[in-house]
Amino acid sequence: MAERRTIKTDYLARVEGEGGMTVKIENGRVADVKLRIYEPPRFFEAFLRGRAFTEAPDITARICGICPVAYQMSSVRAMERICGVEVDGQLRALRRLLYCGEWIESHALHVFMLHAPDFLGYDSAVHMARDHPELVGKALELKKTGNEVMTVVGGREVHPINVRVGGWYRVPRGRELAPLVGKLERAREIALEAVRVTSGFDFPDYACDYELVALDEPGEYPIDRGRIVSNRGLDIDVSEYDDHFVEEHVAWSNALHSRLRDRGSYLCGPLARFALFSGRLSPLAREAADEAGLSPEERNPFRSIVVRSVELVYAADEALRLIAEYEEPDVPAVDVAPRAGIGYGCTEAPRGILYHRYELDEEGTILDAKIVPPTSQNQRTIEEDLRGVVERSLDVPDGQLAHLCEQAIRNYDPCISCATHFLDLQVERC
Amino acid sequence: MLTVIGVGNPWRRDDAAGLAVARRLRGTLPGATVLEREGEPAGLIDAWDGADRLWLVDAVSSEAAPGTVHRIDIASEELPADLFQASTHHLGLAEAVELARALGRLPAHAVFYGIEGESFDAGEGLSEDVEQAVETVAQAIGEEVERCTSAS
Repeated sequence: MAERRTIKTDYLARVEGEGGMTVKIENGRVADVKLRIYEPPRFFEAFLRGRAFTEAPDITARICGICPVAYQMSSVRAMERICGVEVDGQLRALRRLLYCGEWIESHALHVFMLHAPDFLGYDSAVHMARDHPELVGKALELKKTGNEVMTVVGGREVHPINVRVGGWYRVPRGRELAPLVGKLERAREIALEAVRVTSGFDFPDYACDYELVALDEPGEYPIDRGRIVSNRGLDIDVSEYDDHFVEEHVAWSNALHSRLRDRGSYLCGPLARFALFSGRLSPLAREAADEAGLSPEERNPFRSIVVRSVELVYAADEALRLIAEYEEPDVPAVDVAPRAGIGYGCTEAPRGILYHRYELDEEGTILDAKIVPPTSQNQRTIEEDLRGVVERSLDVPDGQLAHLCEQAIRNYDPCISCATHFLDLQVERC
Repeated sequence: MLTVIGVGNPWRRDDAAGLAVARRLRGTLPGATVLEREGEPAGLIDAWDGADRLWLVDAVSSEAAPGTVHRIDIASEELPADLFQASTHHLGLAEAVELARALGRLPAHAVFYGIEGESFDAGEGLSEDVEQAVETVAQAIGEEVERCTSAS
């Protein structure tokens, strides 16, 4: 008689947004895997049509309360490209600084509050805090420093209001950035401790030969610009994205599935950035990675929590560098006159590359918008990991296996709210 | 230090009830700090740091009649998460309170006032019953604060 098991979680905990998962096992083989994203679609691309190009950063920031800066940065990059403007120098440095604030906020939340409880055997951060109050207290401190960077540079700790096409509405005075220095130094210490703590966790024995995709800007750890590259030879300008990546609708997810044309799934996010560009981290972050035993060959997705911690060290370090080198720009923004065309922007959200494409008319009205968030891009890989993890753990009891699957999903810090997407609605009439 | 914090989302109808209470009380309680917050847990815990007494107000959704007022002494009992609309998006107010308790950062005297909401749809403006409950809660907190300040 056929042996059938179904491992199912209806409501995934400790992820952003609403989703579930089902794994079906038949006769000792994984027959089916589904990451079910049932959070309703958000229709943001439709909202953008008919709006002014200058409104895109503020509208798209509302897609996510965790990574609004990523949306702002990809949208302004795309608009500036259409209008033939490059934002550089200190105006760009401030963008990178704001982005560091977001990485600190987002990674601190995920490493400590969402993912660490899996490794330490707790149901939630609240339960973990009862036994590890010091660790959770430091996590809150780290997150607060991220919030403060966002407030000083972006004008608000969530959904910043200071970003505009061409630069900023107002640039901070040097003396406004100065109080961040001590806090970022302390954040860097906490991040180093996070690397030490997380690298000591027990990790499920699993690895996969992923195609890893990240941005490549010479000499820089990927954050706010660059070509799109992979460990298998992909090397394209952002404008070529749609020639190489496709998105597909699957019945069980309100988020489109991305894949590389003729190649299949790929992985973006911390593990990819680190594998491709760990040599571009700051010396301190590199040293922390070495001590944690991370190498560019790391392919165990469960160890992404250690990589995220290394990126916390880097984000604090990079923010300190940017503040030390800051010179107040003469103007807060460069003039950007609208023109008709199509433009592309791609930046590294905490979870991986976030792609935007816009079409404008000559007055700067948005005619069309396309947004591909990192969680959409990682969906297929998450399902493949689930399959691989379950295949190696068939003798594990159902409850424990479900937990292991959830932990595997959380490796990607999925942001389901970002990923839910406009669907093709088909109406059949008889 | 006495701290009153109204929590809510101003763009979700009755979810703004806590904010409305804080606005009613602002400027009327010389001995207390009155704050409005959207509910981000780390920020909330910071906001009540150093307070000897805390009053926390938020809208709740527990299937009671709209406008029902729940008063819970959160210094001595857990704030039940099921009072609030289910959200997997972020840690909620109940988690913030329990997190603070675990970290030893919950004031020794802490009271939660929950106002049962009717509508959490997009938009501004409170339902009639909730509007009345806001007055009731504002008055109750005002009296409690006054008792503390006159006693000290």
